[in-house]
Amino acid sequence: MDVNLPEKYRPIIDAERCIKCRKCIRECSFGALRFEDDRVKYNGGCVSCLRCVTICPTQAIAVREVDPQFTPHPVFDEKVRRSIIAQANSGGVLLTSCGTDKEYMDIFSHLLLDAAQVTNPSIDPLREPVETRTYLGRRTGRLPMRDGKIDIEADMPPIISMDMPLMIGHISLGSVSYNTQKALFSAAKDLNIIAGSGEGGLHKDFYGFSDWVCSEVASGRFGVTADYLKRVSSVEIKIGQGAKPGHGGHLPGEKVSELISEARMIPKGTDALSPYPHHDIYSIEDLQQLISVLKESTEYKVPVGVKIAAVHNVGAIASGVVRAGADFITVDGLRGGTGSAPRIIRDHAGMPIEIAIATVDQRLQEEGLRNKVTLCAGGGIRSSADMIKAIALGADVVMVYTAALVAMGCKVCQQCHQGICAWGIATQRDELTKRLDPDIATQRVTNLFRAWNEELREVIGAMGIDSVESLVGNRDRLRYIGPNHRIAEIIGVKHSGEGWG
Amino acid sequence: MDHRGRYDRVDDMGIRSHMAFDERRYVVEIPHSMKYQMGSCGIAGAINVNGEKIPGSMIETMITTMAERENGLGAGFVCYGLFPDHTDEYCLQFLFDDDDARREVEEFMKDWVEVEWDEKVYTSTNFIRIAPPFPLVRRYFALPKRKSVQFWMQGLDDDDYIVRMVMLINAKIKGAFCVSSGKNMAVFKGSGYARDIAKFYDIFRYSGEMWLSHSRFPTNSPGWWAGAHPISILDWSVCHNGEITSYGVNKKYVEMFGYNCALLTDSETITYLWDLLVRRHGLPVEAAAFSMAPQYYSEIERMGSQERELATRLRMTYKEAFLNGPFSILVGRGDPITMIALADRKKLRPMVVGRADDDSEFYVASEECAIKAVNKDTSTWTPKAGNPVVIKAGEGLVRTGLEPPFQGVV
Repeated sequence: MDVNLPEKYRPIIDAERCIKCRKCIRECSFGALRFEDDRVKYNGGCVSCLRCVTICPTQAIAVREVDPQFTPHPVFDEKVRRSIIAQANSGGVLLTSCGTDKEYMDIFSHLLLDAAQVTNPSIDPLREPVETRTYLGRRTGRLPMRDGKIDIEADMPPIISMDMPLMIGHISLGSVSYNTQKALFSAAKDLNIIAGSGEGGLHKDFYGFSDWVCSEVASGRFGVTADYLKRVSSVEIKIGQGAKPGHGGHLPGEKVSELISEARMIPKGTDALSPYPHHDIYSIEDLQQLISVLKESTEYKVPVGVKIAAVHNVGAIASGVVRAGADFITVDGLRGGTGSAPRIIRDHAGMPIEIAIATVDQRLQEEGLRNKVTLCAGGGIRSSADMIKAIALGADVVMVYTAALVAMGCKVCQQCHQGICAWGIATQRDELTKRLDPDIATQRVTNLFRAWNEELREVIGAMGIDSVESLVGNRDRLRYIGPNHRIAEIIGVKHSGEGWG
Repeated sequence: MDHRGRYDRVDDMGIRSHMAFDERRYVVEIPHSMKYQMGSCGIAGAINVNGEKIPGSMIETMITTMAERENGLGAGFVCYGLFPDHTDEYCLQFLFDDDDARREVEEFMKDWVEVEWDEKVYTSTNFIRIAPPFPLVRRYFALPKRKSVQFWMQGLDDDDYIVRMVMLINAKIKGAFCVSSGKNMAVFKGSGYARDIAKFYDIFRYSGEMWLSHSRFPTNSPGWWAGAHPISILDWSVCHNGEITSYGVNKKYVEMFGYNCALLTDSETITYLWDLLVRRHGLPVEAAAFSMAPQYYSEIERMGSQERELATRLRMTYKEAFLNGPFSILVGRGDPITMIALADRKKLRPMVVGRADDDSEFYVASEECAIKAVNKDTSTWTPKAGNPVVIKAGEGLVRTGLEPPFQGVV
């Protein structure tokens, strides 16, 4: 009954260069290659993960995009027809992974940064200090006084100090391999930043990283034990995720190996689909109770935050979340990544993170809450430029996940949900996971974020700013250059050509 | 003489001053195109700590000595200890574009305050090179009307109540601007060279225990009287030389506490920050100054444990109050009359402090020449970056600006 879909990618093997070592065949976890008649032949099923291309000792392989074979049609374009055929084949919800590949307007590319000229000097980070220390947690807004002096003995809410305004997003053990998570955690440790645990608890081998791990309490409550909650630097209640707002975690049975089955306490090979809402949170007051419960169980020693997907009413929701007691709030945008999500929701629900950051920042300011809470934002942050613009729009901390995986080897082929990642990242198969050397991966992630932080220092120095907190929400230093000035109005950024103020 | 029979007013470069810019001179009403004002400036201040009066001529000499630091688009003076007969009332000094604006303000204030005494502020347009029109300047000595419906509805203490009223008038009433609202002090400012503004208000007729002054070198703005410095709220006044690169952050922060930024300048947010941090949040001056010009974390880590704790808490809690970018500011406050001088943490703008040999008077200026021009018998020094100088009437030099950041606070 299934109708075959035309190939999208095709590996081309240069017979003259090929030394017939068959490495590519062993490395292709999608089974796209075979050895026959004394040469490497293509079976079909290439996803363009470029594993064979990278691994080939003689660089004999190139993956080419196959020319479009569908009749050109501007409305029923190739993507639409492919979806229809695939859906008619399976009769199910189409799964996909990574952030959306639909071309939603990327507002970051429509924002320009300011720099200092004449009336104030730019600051040279090579010769002068430019600080990037960032705190995550609740702030008191003012300091308690005693006898006319500031009472430095007074209790302060728990807060985490990080060396850069960046955290590694929540990627669960399950959606990625043990080695991947180990590499992310040790990179966070080396960089002194926070990495998210994702839904699924903290493996006991990773207890050593607990000072750099933000543990997630998601609707499935996988792995959430008293022990787990006490071994983390912060706790985050995950209400939603940018890639699939309104949905819970989504771990296909292919990825539920022995290790994951133990960690999540579910039978091997079963789909782990977390409930869509938290079934103990049907309202904001329920959230307030869960926040209190988590604060009680962690003895008020760690900040408790809430992560929400950027949806249309995100400003009001965020303010409610802060009023409910969240110490930090994480907003995840439309283009955020995922290890598995229904394509329909990934591609069609939510709000771009640029707008979400600006509206949440604005709303919290209007309600007098902005100086009490840390705003983290992620979902589509690809470079230090995006990071800088997100901070200038109002985020205290920027959350990055896909870029960290790309640093390790991921090529964003969007097949994470299949669980056979050839790079050993989004898979639980032993023969694949061992492909990722956690030490090398740690080094690469560390390199990437160090470089981003260096670029941040370069850019804010050029703006005449010598500490990153003076960039947070400083929308005066951004200008809009895109086609829709209404966006500029909504995010509170002036159009290019308009002066300060 | 021009076609209207006005005498030509010619500036130093021979340009007829009313021709130098737009025919329209902005007095009180905000210039239409203006979104933000920026620029560099000269600042000067003098204080007598023994309660003796300093004549206006002295501050005029100080600021005009640094005439190179201005371009004729704004200057101003503030005098503390000016009204010994009216020390309890708030002195609300206004600039009006016309008589209608004055009537409107007086009508508005009827619900809010009891005006004990009001008077026209002396002004003269003789021998000055400022192009007309000129504002009407009037001051009102007033007390909150405690029994009024307004007072009950606002539910604020006296100071906050006056702040609220001033914010409302400046935002709502066109052609009127309250330039100062403190007790026993007043601001004299306008668009012009410092010496012309001095002549316009005839500041030579006044004397007080402390004077601050400012001359502007704006880079972008038409002459706008209300936008000149000092910028004042209650008995706070700020003369600011610099450009704050964190303006967007600081502005949003003060707006969160109900301050309305009507002057479109970073200097205004600095004034409100001082009011917020010191008057409303009760921070000691040293701590407030540290919040605005904090030390680096690398320096904080080398402090003693108590200082480190305090410094970290201040940086964390008041990170939005951090003034980034170059500045040197002179801050005045009444009761007791206090002068605070502070430069940014990289000290990108100049500031010199002078002490008269008999310890009676202290001076702060952008350049040493301003100090030496009025008193040769002074010892001068430059305070450290981000380190406040504090001089209090009756107490003398409280901080030299060379001490460790929290001396006397922890």
